[in-house]
Amino acid sequence: MNADGKKTKPKSKATKETPKQSVKSADKAPVKQKAAPKPKIKINDLNLFYSEKQALYDVKIDIYPNQVTALIGPSGCGKSTFLRCLNRMNDTIDGCIIKGSIKLDGHDIYDKSVDVVDLRAKTGMVFQKPNPFPKSIFDNVAYGPKIHGMVKNKTHLSEIVETSLQKAGLWDEVKDRLHDSGTSLSGGQQQRLCIARAIAVSPQVILMDEPCSALDPIATSKIETLIDELRHKYTIVIVTHSMQQAARVSQKTAFFHLGKIVEYNDTDIIFTNPKYKQTQDYITGRYG
Amino acid sequence: MSKSTNSKLAKRNRTEKLFILKGYMAILISFAFLLFLIFTIAGKGISGLQQTQIKLEIEFNKAAIETGNYNLLIRQQLDSLFPEIEDRSSKRNLYRLVADPAKFILMDMVQDDTSLIGETKEIWLPADEKVDIFFKQNADDWDTKLNPEQKELIKTLESQGLIDLNFNFPFFTYGDSQEPELAGIAGALIGSMLTLIVCMAVAIPLAVCAAIYLEEFAPKNRFTDLIEVNINNLAAVPSIVFGLLGLSVYLNFFGMPRSAPFVGGLTLGLMVIPVIIIATRAALKAVPSSIRQAAMGIGASPLQVVTHHTLPLAMPGIMTGTILSIARALGETAPLLMIGMVAFIVDVPQSFSDPSTVMPVQIYLWSKNSQPGFVEKTAAAIIVLLLILILLNIIAVWIRKKYERRW
Repeated sequence: MNADGKKTKPKSKATKETPKQSVKSADKAPVKQKAAPKPKIKINDLNLFYSEKQALYDVKIDIYPNQVTALIGPSGCGKSTFLRCLNRMNDTIDGCIIKGSIKLDGHDIYDKSVDVVDLRAKTGMVFQKPNPFPKSIFDNVAYGPKIHGMVKNKTHLSEIVETSLQKAGLWDEVKDRLHDSGTSLSGGQQQRLCIARAIAVSPQVILMDEPCSALDPIATSKIETLIDELRHKYTIVIVTHSMQQAARVSQKTAFFHLGKIVEYNDTDIIFTNPKYKQTQDYITGRYG
Repeated sequence: MSKSTNSKLAKRNRTEKLFILKGYMAILISFAFLLFLIFTIAGKGISGLQQTQIKLEIEFNKAAIETGNYNLLIRQQLDSLFPEIEDRSSKRNLYRLVADPAKFILMDMVQDDTSLIGETKEIWLPADEKVDIFFKQNADDWDTKLNPEQKELIKTLESQGLIDLNFNFPFFTYGDSQEPELAGIAGALIGSMLTLIVCMAVAIPLAVCAAIYLEEFAPKNRFTDLIEVNINNLAAVPSIVFGLLGLSVYLNFFGMPRSAPFVGGLTLGLMVIPVIIIATRAALKAVPSSIRQAAMGIGASPLQVVTHHTLPLAMPGIMTGTILSIARALGETAPLLMIGMVAFIVDVPQSFSDPSTVMPVQIYLWSKNSQPGFVEKTAAAIIVLLLILILLNIIAVWIRKKYERRW
């Protein structure tokens, strides 16, 4: 394990050093070819109601594996609500009714036979505000594997914790103080801890709800680099308010407005040549 | 323009200063009241915690013990101390220096340890109430009840070091009594403890579980709203009403024993359950929802979210609320009057079903008695009760400070 971690290290550094623009253009072509045939998550005619009020209208979108899909749109347009549908976090809200189908690998996640706990283990979530548990850094990451019974013994558990922290790019900063409280870290570190916590249960999909809105530009750039690395292993859906962030990290972008998807396409096309005027107005800042 | 703003500013500053001044005054007044309370209680109570005792070398004479004449043991020793006293009235004066119930102390000693029979032992026995007051010199009109001969005897004993003020141990080892010399708080103390144990065992699990269900699991609808309103109302119901409920349900319907700590605990439990529910719900509400979401997002089941995260984080708040409501239950009198815990009970209760009384009720009973011996007993019992309450409050504050978290 350790040797592996060390081997991967220089590689990731190399990607960091290359200018972002070139990384993106280089990755673009193969990703498209890979993604086209089989979507990871297929959403069809999704309608969502909070009691009387309808929040989402006929949302139809395919999310492809090993890509970052960005959801943009003005506040209150339903993008966070949509994101929370993907791991059924909306179940906890009273009076929330969902119609339509969301298929993860071809299985409807709202089917009666689906276990929510299992689904949420498959789809990790990172929230807007860093929310580590007020426990030690180690326990924060170890919690998920523990409750899902993924570990055989203590050494296995510490291996999982170490690799998760390494993947989240936090290992070098915290390896000497794993037993300090998770809340003692800085905001950016806390958010990366939350990402490590999410990937510790080896999910297939990672949902991120404005993960950088509470962070400064340096921490933001660290998280963005991380997202770009993570997409090779996971399917990532990210809600963001920052156009630049969507343009930097995502391969696909969906523009939400008033609970509807106005436009969904490759990120370059959305940002350079949008089909609808509404999208263009929003992206150029004339709107929302 | 600037003039008017200046005058407004001055006015605003004035009101603020006035407000702060009023605050100081309020604190000063309440502090003065507190000091007054502490001084009056301590002034009377400390003498209640002391007792005038006479040192006697008691020979546990087998013949006297077998006939049950423990008075004889005391009188023999008094006679040997003052061999010069021979006439009957003088002897009576001498014998009356020692408290009448002192014989019960000797009786208890022999019952506890039969090997004492035939031995000789130095024992401090309580002096009579009148001697006690004369010796403490805190009630001038009462010392006239001692005749000059007795005062002489006391002075002789004092010069020999045979009479002294000692810590009032019988006060903490005996139950209630008609005689102030032997009236103790042990019965009420044990009764209070037994009652509180039952109260906590019933109320805490019930209330905490109810609060967790209502806060974390229950759907929000009209029915749960109704329950919430009713719980809030129950917390404000006068405690005597809970006493009546206990009387009609536990005693009359279920036929449980009267005056028992078990029933007292159940009744007080009814009273504190709504208070603990409210405190627990407030503590659970104070846990940020981001923690719940984080746990749920990893795939914890709702019960795991509660047991692994919400409940441990809310624990200090729950403990504080619980301890404060238990402290309230400890000081409660009215509901216990209704279920017969107001009886005159001499024996220290041994089990949850023995008749007993509790501290505040004991204070109430003694305060109705005008004998000066009982007046100081009342104050002493109040001191003990207040000390226990202060201790509980300190524990509550300590828990809150120790486990407090900032988000």
